[in-house]
Amino acid sequence: MATEAHGSESSLVFHPMDQFKVTPLFGDGAVHWYTITNVTLWMAISVIGVILLLVVGSRGRAIVPSKGQSIAELTYGFVYKMIEDVTGKDAVKYFPYVMTLFIFIVFSNMLGLLPLSFTTTSHIAVTGVLALLVFLFVTILGFVKNGSKFLALFWVSSAPMAVRPLLAVIELISYFVRPVSHSIRLAGNMMAGHAVIKVFAGFAAIAAISPVSILAITAMYGLEILVAFIQAYVFTILTCVYLKDALHPVH
Amino acid sequence: MATETHGVEAAHGAAEAGMPQLDFSTFPNQIFWLLVTLVVIYFVLSKIALPRISTVLAERSGTIMNDISAAEELKLKAKEAEEAYNAALAEAKAQAQQIANETRAAIQADLDAATAKADAEISAKTAESEKAIAEIRDGALESVKDVAKDTAKELVAAMGSSADARSITAAVTARMKG
Repeated sequence: MATEAHGSESSLVFHPMDQFKVTPLFGDGAVHWYTITNVTLWMAISVIGVILLLVVGSRGRAIVPSKGQSIAELTYGFVYKMIEDVTGKDAVKYFPYVMTLFIFIVFSNMLGLLPLSFTTTSHIAVTGVLALLVFLFVTILGFVKNGSKFLALFWVSSAPMAVRPLLAVIELISYFVRPVSHSIRLAGNMMAGHAVIKVFAGFAAIAAISPVSILAITAMYGLEILVAFIQAYVFTILTCVYLKDALHPVH
Repeated sequence: MATETHGVEAAHGAAEAGMPQLDFSTFPNQIFWLLVTLVVIYFVLSKIALPRISTVLAERSGTIMNDISAAEELKLKAKEAEEAYNAALAEAKAQAQQIANETRAAIQADLDAATAKADAEISAKTAESEKAIAEIRDGALESVKDVAKDTAKELVAAMGSSADARSITAAVTARMKG
């Protein structure tokens, strides 16, 4: 779609998808699996952000916290309470995994909003791996914890016997669709918002429209900050819900 | 940037221009670095950040609990002290009341005695005075009679006649009675 707009009008140049390109950081060449790319850079920055917030922020270990320590504790408490409320007290031992997912997604989403940055979570490759990790972890954990009783998740015992096989098929399909929706929701939200901002930015080239364009970019940016946080929250809470199914598969 | 990528796009064709997300050649790279990132974040969190924050939170709730129980204790002590103070105050008040009553009764007794004495003295004095006044009054009556008699005798003499003392006395006495 970028090329279409480019071809028809010379003054308007739309490249809304260029920001998602994976390019090598040094030199110009093929992207191998080990190549240091902009993906590497922005993931490294998110790791630094995590360390700054949770390690450097909490270094005081003060009873009366500083501002940084307060934010670190709030983040900790937010995810801890989420897993405790949604999944249950027995799931608290999986807290580090859930926290890793949440903190990575929220930092990637927020860093992606910086101008000229690269949003790692806008790529289906990244969110797909995240969702698959959750899916595999939850499924294996379910079978390890409950054995064959885990299959009770698909056998709706509250329904009449006649419709149970049908429901089992539907449940099975919905179970396997989980990682797909889980990953596409996050990547789609990130990509769409950033692309829309870029389109508005393209319109700013026309002087008459530019005030409206800038206003729209500002509004979209505010919305995107909200979306960045909400999508991280949604991803995490769905992980908690799936985890709950694995630990307590009673339907 | 725009012109540069434009040239690359033109070279690569329309398929790659659409969505970089579907460029599968970059998938191994992204997945590799994602896994590295997740492992690093996981170790930073589970080895350093989370234990530290949970220790701080536990310490804080412990401190708060201690402070609350200490405050509870102090409150209890303050209440006891207040009760002791109130009891002491009530006792002191009662004692003061008693002392005041006793003092008042003693004063009243002294006062009554003094009043009675004074009353007796006053009545004695009054009786004496009344007696003296009566004496004086009697004396005065006698004097008036004498003066009247003398005056009457002189008057009679002055008018050129004489009268005996007895008739004058009788006349004066009769006049004074009327």
